Amino acid sequence: MNTTVVAQLQRQFQDYIVSLYQQGFLDSQFSELRKLQDEGSPDFVSEVVSLFFDDCSKLINTMSRSLEQPDNVDFKQLDSGVHQLKGSSSSVGARRVKNVCISFKECCDVQNREGCLRCLQQVDYEYKMLKTKLQDLFNLEQQILQAGGTIPQVDIN
Amino acid sequence: MEVCNCIEPQWPADELLMKYQYISDFFIAIAYFSIPLELIYFVKKSAVFPYRWVLVQFGAFIVLCGATHLINLWTFTTHSRTVALVMTTAKVLTAVVSCATALMLVHIIPDLLSVKTRELFLKNKAAELDREMGLIRTQEETGRHVRMLTHEIRSTLDRHTILKTTLVELGRTLALEECALWMPTRTGLELQLSYTLRHQHPVEYTVPIQLPVINQVFGTSRAVKISPNSPVARLRPVSGKYMLGEVVAVRVPLLHLSNFQINDWPELSTKRYALMVLMLPSDSARQWHVHELELVEVVADQVAVALSHAAILEESMRARDLLMEQNVALDLARREAETAIRARNDFLAVMNHEMRTPMHAIIALSSLLQETELTPEQRLMVETILKSSNLLATLMNDVLDLSRLEDGSLQLELGTFNLHTLFREVLNLIKPIAVVKKLPITLNLAPDLPEFVVGDEKRLMQIILNIVGNAVKFSKQGSISVTALVTKSDTRAADFFVVPTGSHFYLRVKVKDSGAGINPQDIPKLFTKFAQTQSLATRSSGGSGLGLAISKRFVNLMEGNIWIESDGLGKGCTAIFDVKLGISERSNESKQSGIPKVPAIPRHSNFTGLKVLVMDENGVSRMVTKGLLVHLGCEVTTVSSNEECLRVVSHEHKVVFMDVCMPGVENYQIALCIHEKFTKQRHQRPLLVALSGNTDKSTKEKCMSFGLDGVLLKPVSLDNMRDVLSDLLERRVLYEGM
Repeated sequence: MNTTVVAQLQRQFQDYIVSLYQQGFLDSQFSELRKLQDEGSPDFVSEVVSLFFDDCSKLINTMSRSLEQPDNVDFKQLDSGVHQLKGSSSSVGARRVKNVCISFKECCDVQNREGCLRCLQQVDYEYKMLKTKLQDLFNLEQQILQAGGTIPQVDIN
Repeated sequence: MEVCNCIEPQWPADELLMKYQYISDFFIAIAYFSIPLELIYFVKKSAVFPYRWVLVQFGAFIVLCGATHLINLWTFTTHSRTVALVMTTAKVLTAVVSCATALMLVHIIPDLLSVKTRELFLKNKAAELDREMGLIRTQEETGRHVRMLTHEIRSTLDRHTILKTTLVELGRTLALEECALWMPTRTGLELQLSYTLRHQHPVEYTVPIQLPVINQVFGTSRAVKISPNSPVARLRPVSGKYMLGEVVAVRVPLLHLSNFQINDWPELSTKRYALMVLMLPSDSARQWHVHELELVEVVADQVAVALSHAAILEESMRARDLLMEQNVALDLARREAETAIRARNDFLAVMNHEMRTPMHAIIALSSLLQETELTPEQRLMVETILKSSNLLATLMNDVLDLSRLEDGSLQLELGTFNLHTLFREVLNLIKPIAVVKKLPITLNLAPDLPEFVVGDEKRLMQIILNIVGNAVKFSKQGSISVTALVTKSDTRAADFFVVPTGSHFYLRVKVKDSGAGINPQDIPKLFTKFAQTQSLATRSSGGSGLGLAISKRFVNLMEGNIWIESDGLGKGCTAIFDVKLGISERSNESKQSGIPKVPAIPRHSNFTGLKVLVMDENGVSRMVTKGLLVHLGCEVTTVSSNEECLRVVSHEHKVVFMDVCMPGVENYQIALCIHEKFTKQRHQRPLLVALSGNTDKSTKEKCMSFGLDGVLLKPVSLDNMRDVLSDLLERRVLYEGM
């Protein structure tokens, strides 16, 4: 067990996750999720998160198809899609995605197609960004575990 | 000699004289005969002649005279006695008739003369009447002019038009040379030439108002003739005219709005007059006639009335404009106020939200810390941290609520709790500070004080904490005592009677400190928001000044009363409040709860084997909820639709968590269906808990009306879920939002 490597990796992990919180990618709900990870379900977080990203891509596809035709946009369907997305993102603690969903819902309410398109693009961007970041986080976790260390608890500030 | 009855004339027949006589007689006769003929002819022609019989008589007289002279013609020669007889008869008749006529004429001629006189008289009368008619016509003309003038003047409500029209029309009607109007200046000490007829741009000069001629005119309501040389009449340079026309001046009362008092009208108590000066053309020898003066007076009155109408109109227009301005300003102010209130509310909401996040972090971490291995002292400390943070979270809620408190829309959250424990907890919270300040705190609980009561635990704790905290804050030395007792009647506040009813009682808490004391005059101000007493002692203690105000409002909500007694500065003070609490039926059950002096037993966290059903349409959130419950040891079944839920739910499930985020009532219907399903069976139905995005009043009411046992705010933290499950299984009801 290389303690310095482990310590370094742990430090890296800590800094990275804190930065994610500070930049607003994640919020307290994510830390709740991490609490639920135990011996019984060691990959709980990554499972939930990948389910979330699948959900995101499916919903975004459906919604972009709805928004294709300028004349007959089904805002009801769009609204329910956004609602789903908002619910999912708040369950995993994806703060930025959730915030975009809130603006998206407002655009839906006033039936502003351009606004919706913009929000959709933003959602797409945000979730992909988050996906990359979490991927890096999980990689770090794997590295720590492989190096024999334990994943540190993190203070949220 | 022949004897004949002839008569010899006196003179011989063929003398010249005889001849002339003969001829004259002849002519006389002719004339005498023709005169009656003429008379008859002309009288017949004329319609009116009253004395016909005079005419007959006169005719007879003339005819006889003519006959006489005619017969005389025969007497120039020798003529027979017959002729002489006839002649004599004729003469006699003539004499008779002429005498009768002469006598008659004596009567008639005066009459005829008097007819002439009457005729003359009538002619005079006719001439006089003509004159008078001419006068009347003139007056009627004048009247018409006045009416027309009045009409012109009164047809406009513009002051300038009125005055200008007056001058123009007067000038025209009376054929004036010049017509001028002098208005009093603002100061009232001078008259200023405001309008003239001929000059388009009058030189604006003034005369003092105290001139004798002006006083004379103002003194009477009649038009007054004034000298053409007086200052008000000298309007343009005299240019070689021999004689200036006569000048008349009349006052025009200027009525002010305040003159229209019901009691004063029509007597004018105004002192302000304008002066109207009218000049007849020079060199015209015209004089002012009475009717013209009357016309001028009438016009002056009409002008006064017209001006007053114009003034009233101006006034009312001005008032209306003012009102409109005020309306606009008020509207703006109202909107600004609304914006300000909205901004404040938004700000509070945002701040609240921002403050909650770190608060939750503290609470979360403290509860995590509790999970780990701790020594008893550490555990105690962690619990105190938790309690403080919960209180702080409540306080933050209340800062937001304060605005709702003032609207009266805040409601107490009632629950059953241990009163004795509450006091001890409060003391534990305060003790550290008190120990530092070396102020011993003593707690006296009356022996008849119920242990388990129903009320708003958090807010009661807040009140007690605030009062005790103030006591500690404002005392530098001495001691603090907290007494709690059941009060039966309140002798202090006369308008507030405390009547213990049935399952309620009134709790009285007295907090006595020996600190700086309060000036009795300042006591009423204490409960005012943000107001602070300015004594040196208190200024250094800080504090926002909200505490007592909030406490007072909570006490009022709890149907109680709060007041402070103090004997004066330096003599300490006692804060007392009464609140109404309910007595819990479970007062005899011993409840398992942490007693602060002993390390608290951790809450029941083992839910192994508890069968739970989770219904959520959203896959991700379903998974998260499942993970949460699995971590706590439950056996979780998940479904993703209402129908599936109905199919799957069974008596083995103890709790059903259902997501109600989607708008509409379909999700709530499922609760009713489950109720229905289980009323038919003998088994106990599972507890139904809704997971919702908000826990406001309407959501709670909806849940209650559909028969749900509780509602939770998503996303749920681990501790929340743990507490909720414990509470649910103990009490079988949960209506606390988080």
